[in-house]
Amino acid sequence: MSALLEMSDVAVGYPDRPVLEEVAFKVGSGEILAVVGPNGVGKSSLIKAASGVLPVMRGRVLVAGQEVGLLAPDRRARLIGVVPQATHVPPAFTARQVVLMGRTPYLGWLQRERLSDHEQAALAMARTQTLDLADRPMGELSGGEQQRVLVARTLAQAASVLLLDEPTTHLDLRHQDEVLRLVRGLARGEGLAVLIALHDLNLVARYADRVALLSDGRLKALGLPRDVLTPEELAAAYGVKIHVMDHPVHGTPLVLSG
Amino acid sequence: MSDASSVRRAALSIDGAREAGKLAPWLWTGGTLLALLVLNAGVGPVAIPPGVVLKLVVAKLPVLDLAADWPSSLETILFDIRLPHTALMALAGMALGGSGAAYQGLFRNPLADPYVIGVASGAGLGAVLAMAAKWPSSLLGMAAIPVAAFVGAVLTVGLVFSIARVGRITPITTLLLAGVAVGTFASALTVLTMLLATDELHRAIGWLLGGFALGGWGPVLASLPYLAIGLGTLVLLGRPLNVLQFGDEEALQLGLDVEKFKLVIVAAASLVAATAVAFTGIIAFVGLIVPHLVRVLWGHDYRRLIPLATLGGGVVLLAADIVARTALAPRTLPVGIITAVAGAPFFLWLLRRAKREVFW
Repeated sequence: MSALLEMSDVAVGYPDRPVLEEVAFKVGSGEILAVVGPNGVGKSSLIKAASGVLPVMRGRVLVAGQEVGLLAPDRRARLIGVVPQATHVPPAFTARQVVLMGRTPYLGWLQRERLSDHEQAALAMARTQTLDLADRPMGELSGGEQQRVLVARTLAQAASVLLLDEPTTHLDLRHQDEVLRLVRGLARGEGLAVLIALHDLNLVARYADRVALLSDGRLKALGLPRDVLTPEELAAAYGVKIHVMDHPVHGTPLVLSG
Repeated sequence: MSDASSVRRAALSIDGAREAGKLAPWLWTGGTLLALLVLNAGVGPVAIPPGVVLKLVVAKLPVLDLAADWPSSLETILFDIRLPHTALMALAGMALGGSGAAYQGLFRNPLADPYVIGVASGAGLGAVLAMAAKWPSSLLGMAAIPVAAFVGAVLTVGLVFSIARVGRITPITTLLLAGVAVGTFASALTVLTMLLATDELHRAIGWLLGGFALGGWGPVLASLPYLAIGLGTLVLLGRPLNVLQFGDEEALQLGLDVEKFKLVIVAAASLVAATAVAFTGIIAFVGLIVPHLVRVLWGHDYRRLIPLATLGGGVVLLAADIVARTALAPRTLPVGIITAVAGAPFFLWLLRRAKREVFW
């Protein structure tokens, strides 16, 4: 398995107050690595560092063997796609316009979208089942639909590394599953490397191949969900009593607090 | 994967099918602009009916040979006095509308206007300093005022931008704050200069109220290259400006070189706004309201918003100029007073309306 995304000895934060230190992991093609940890531990900072918008204080972030901090924005965006939370979407753009913006790294400032860009966008919408929404303004779509459109936009970027920051926060149960199933299908089907920050540990248990547990500014544990999502590790990280049992249907770990 | 042909059909349904419906805004703004050009040129102590204006213009063209059944003085009035004024007003309005749309897109803030980062106050200071130094009466002639205003505007915007920079990036909020601070400072210096140079006060006030305009084709020709370069740049950058609407960080993640792009937009929009201010004085509300109106009528896509706001700005300023020259005729009011008096309530109405729909 080749590592598409690799962090080695990464520190992020502010010079006098590092948020995270000594973070190291690899994400391979077709793999989903979930980043978990209590609020404010630096999950978002880690995703931003991986996307190159937040410079690392120490260490290196390599994407397909290239250091992200040294890449020009357009070169970087061809390698890394970021799915943001669907909270600040300008409501007036249609879904198609939004997906077409995924072609930004392939177009000069003065260039119009070419037919091939429209085809890429339509393909991305087909893969996320958003073709029906193409001409509707984002403001009219449900949270789950918006999130799918944003995934489609990232797919139109044709990047090999996919970063997601809490993509399910504002979604109901059905749409949470829908988005994560879509992401898993893309990882498996297209060989994307996926780094995803998630709060919901049960979603992590079901959809992640491996889990990185952050706590106290460090990477506390890294491994299979069954090995990381243990009562001991989680109690230490979150500071509450945690029970872990088997999911009655899926057999994956089921995490309960209290 | 769904079948390739349906995807291809979806890809092709893009613009083609709806292109026809999209013509309406262009016909409306373009048509109104042309009509107002003719009407505006006809207004004055000697009223020239629209038909006569058209006939005189057509007669100038080498295509048709019309018999001259009008006094030659009419020709002089139209071509040497009226049309240059009309053209300058149209250009200034277009500059304010187009740069207003660009600033609003850059700041992602509907309250941004061409003056928000110090263009007006810098231009005002430059112009008033030139008047106080009595440059206009020296060998440089009247052209010194626009040049001084232009230099003042460009210097101020440069200062604001360099103050607002934090490390390698220029956050929107510090840009707005620096603009307000530097703008207020420049305005204070302007007032101080005016108080110290009392003889020039009257002209300076006239300039600050807007509607100060030099006669003849000189200003029109002088401003054309700046406006063509600036507005042309803005019109061509509509697509990346759409991307910027998702925020600096997301736009960067989408592959837009955000810092470089913002610099280009600020430079182009400021060049355009400074040119307008330099040649016509400070004209309020056109750059704020016209992009709003276009957005309400025809949507948020900057590829259309900027050119439509450009045309719309010309429409609004030509209309305001007609009012300015007829309301208290034979006196001519500064057109900036008309745009402010009409613009403020209109803007409030827009804001109230905006609360009831998804606006930003």
